[in-house]
Parts: sequence; structure tokens; C-alpha cells
Amino acid sequence: MTKHYAVASVMLMAAVPAHAETPVPAQPAAVDVYIEAMFKDAPADWRRRVVQDETQRLCSLSRNNPPPDVASAISARAAASLVYPSDGIMIGDWKRGEAIAEDGRGGQFTDPPGRASGGNCYACHRMAPGEVSYGTLGPSLAEYGRIRKFSAEAAREVYAKIYNAQSVQPCSTMPRFGYHKLLNEQQIKDVTAYLMSPDSPVNTPAVDK
Amino acid sequence: MPTGMRSALAWSAVVVALMLATGGEVAGAEQGGDATQEALERYRAMLSDPTANPGYLNVDRGEALWKTRRGAANVTLEGCDLGEGPGKLDGVYARLPRFFPDAGRVMDLEQRLLWCMENVQKLATADVRAQPFGEPGRSSDMEDLAAFVASRSNGMPIEPQLTHPEERQLLAVGEALFYRRASIADFSCASCHSEDGKRIRLQTLPNLSRPGADAQATMTSWPAYRLSQSETRTLQNRLWDCYRQMRMPAPAYASDGLTALTVYLVKQAQGGVINAPGIKR
Repeated sequence: MTKHYAVASVMLMAAVPAHAETPVPAQPAAVDVYIEAMFKDAPADWRRRVVQDETQRLCSLSRNNPPPDVASAISARAAASLVYPSDGIMIGDWKRGEAIAEDGRGGQFTDPPGRASGGNCYACHRMAPGEVSYGTLGPSLAEYGRIRKFSAEAAREVYAKIYNAQSVQPCSTMPRFGYHKLLNEQQIKDVTAYLMSPDSPVNTPAVDK
Repeated sequence: MPTGMRSALAWSAVVVALMLATGGEVAGAEQGGDATQEALERYRAMLSDPTANPGYLNVDRGEALWKTRRGAANVTLEGCDLGEGPGKLDGVYARLPRFFPDAGRVMDLEQRLLWCMENVQKLATADVRAQPFGEPGRSSDMEDLAAFVASRSNGMPIEPQLTHPEERQLLAVGEALFYRRASIADFSCASCHSEDGKRIRLQTLPNLSRPGADAQATMTSWPAYRLSQSETRTLQNRLWDCYRQMRMPAPAYASDGLTALTVYLVKQAQGGVINAPGIKR
């Protein structure tokens, strides 16, 4: 470990003038040394999660504001990853979709292994106007389907957005639920239904806006 | 603190908990954002009553541990240099993390406490390192000592230590880690902590990506008694909890990556006046 830190120090120090006032960004390889040490005790499959894919790497380096050519490559790669339902039906069961939207568990090292993930949509989004416990990291989705006249095209776009949000917005903060297999096909259909069904509480008009 | 005051604090904590359980309704949420925000701020104000803070029980225990002879050397921690000289406690927490020449590395408070336990007291710390976070029925020496030492910087401003090249190196690493997206939800710290005025569900999020009031409010209130866990937690625990919520593996306790993040966060919080232990949800 001491040898690794010495190597990292040399790699960083080579770029730092002796009297630098502004911090010089760390070299990714030097950062990896710290990552390796932080997660050395984790099981191998958990350690793999910490390895970045190309999109994560580029979005991290650009702080989610990639230059246009990089952004195009990211969204193209994301679009290529999309897998739509083989039966062509985008809309599932909105009641199950609501449960998925409310469920913030799954995938954490304190969750039981194999526990299915929820979408945790309410962490970031307003959805059903009557649900007061909503987050604001993402835009409000209240009356989402109603606003788009419950169109089939909108349903397909919702499915794609949930599957891989970066197909729409490169370096989006939104997790790539389908790409990472956080949500399976049926779960994504059900959340799509929650947003797009006329009967869904999402599309019940708010009393106060 | 006298025994009587400790009992009074414990009972106050029970009363506050009951008040929060029965009285804390989020009024006017149907009207949207501002009313909810106001209610959240009233909740925070209710939490910040210092006479009802169970974290001071940890401060008491930490002070006792500091003055207890332990380890093969059979000495107290009063010979421990936390950055301002052996045994000096006032203001040291406000100037951590920092580079320690005797260790040849930058350390945060918990790394330095462990170093002193190992090198000054000659105390075996494998068990403490393996279970650094307390739980009902089992207190944590680290949480107690950290609460005690932090409280000795109350009223003092955070002074980031960034003159040594290794301190600056860790700042750069910490900033890179802050923005490093990974794992199955594509999260980095910045995913939740790089914008003003955001929240997850009803939990407001501090913007930690720039210097300012959010970073100051955050960093001056750790260690903190967490109501949701009935335990006093340090920043090491909060970062561990963040990595858990980001769907990453558990980071190793007192690893240098966590110190790097702490250096970055402390820099953002420069000038904030410490008031620890805090009380949080």
C-alpha cells in the first residue's frame, strides 16, 4: 500500500508547481489507487460495481456537461442499448407501477441479497399530485400522461427514458434502470402505466397546482 | 457533566422524541413547495434544542475514555497530539484533516485517534476497526471520542489545512471522488449534492459542490445524534451511509479515500462555526 501511495504521489506531484494556489485536478489513475483501497474488503462482485463504464467515466470527467461530440457518442451508445418489449406493449399495470415508484429499496449492501429493486421514483420526482412525500431532483411528472394526451408515442418515449435516460439526455442524473437491470421489463411497463394510464393517480388533476 | 444533568438530558430526549412523533405534521403540503419547505425548517428548528441532545452522553463517555489508561503502555490519550500539541483539545477538530509528520500522512479525526490508540497507548484496535459504529446496547469508542473532541471546537470556525502538498493532493482526490459516477445507479456525490434547494423525498439536500452556507451547516454539525438510528454518528458513518445509498460497496472505515472527501468538504465549509454534536433526523 505504501508503494502505491508513493506512485500516486509522484503522479500527482509531477503536475503541481511548488507554490500552486489553485488546486490541480487529480489524475484518474491516482484516484483509482484510493478507490481500490476504499473497497479492498468488498466481495468481488461488489467491487466490480465501482469500475466505471465509459459513459460514467466521461460524465464524471466533464461533470455531466460533456462537449457536443462526446454527448452525441454517449446518447448514441445509450440508444443502441434500448431493448423494447418484444410484444410491443409499453403499458403494464399502474397499481404495481405505483408500488415500484414508492419503493426505495434494493441494491444496497444492507438489503437482503436478491431483493428486487424498486424504482424509487418519488425520491426525485413529484408524480401523483396527492402524494406529498416527493423529491425535487427531477422535474414534476404530475399529470404526465394527461398532458401528452395519453399518446402511444409518449408511452414509448417513457419506456425508453426509464430503460436508459441517457438515450434522451447524455449524462442525465437519472439511473439507467433497464441498462443496469435495476428494473426488469415488466417493472418498466408498470411504471410506464403509472405515468400513462388515464386511471392512474398520476393523471388525476391536482386540486391546488 | 454531573450525573443529575445526564439524567435530565436523557429524559429531555424522551420528551423531545414524543413531541416530534405526535406533533410534527407537514402542514400545507398540498399547497406545494414553499409551505413544505417552511415546515421542514420548523422541524429542523425543533431538533436544534441543545439541552435535549443525547449526543452529550457520548461526549461524557468520550471524555472518560480520553482520560482512561489503556493499552500495553497503560497511558491515557492525554499524550495524543491531534495537531496542536500533545493533549491539546481546544480547536483541534476545526483544523482536521491535516498532515501529521510523525505518521507521514494526512489524517482525519478518527484516523488520528486510532493512530494515537495504537502508537501512544499501544492498544490493539482490530476490534474497534471491525465495529466502528455503535448500535443499541453496544456503544462505540470512536463515536464517543469523536463527539468529545469535536465538542471542544464549539464556537470556533472551520480552518481547512491546505498548505502541505499532501493536504492539497488529498483535496484534489476528494474533489474527483465527489464527481465520480459509478455502480448500478450511476450516482456520484454530485448527483444529490451539487444544486441549491433540492431534496430527496422530504429530506433537504445541502449543495456541497461549492463553498457556502450549505457546506458550513453540514460540516459544523457532525458528529451528530441521529434520531432515526438512536445513535451518535460521525462523518465516517455518514459517508459510509452515502455509499450504501449510492448502491456501492461499503467503504473501508478510516480509509484515505474517505479522508480525501472530508478534506474537500471541509474546504467548502471554511469559516463555518462548529456546534457539535448536532441532532439530525
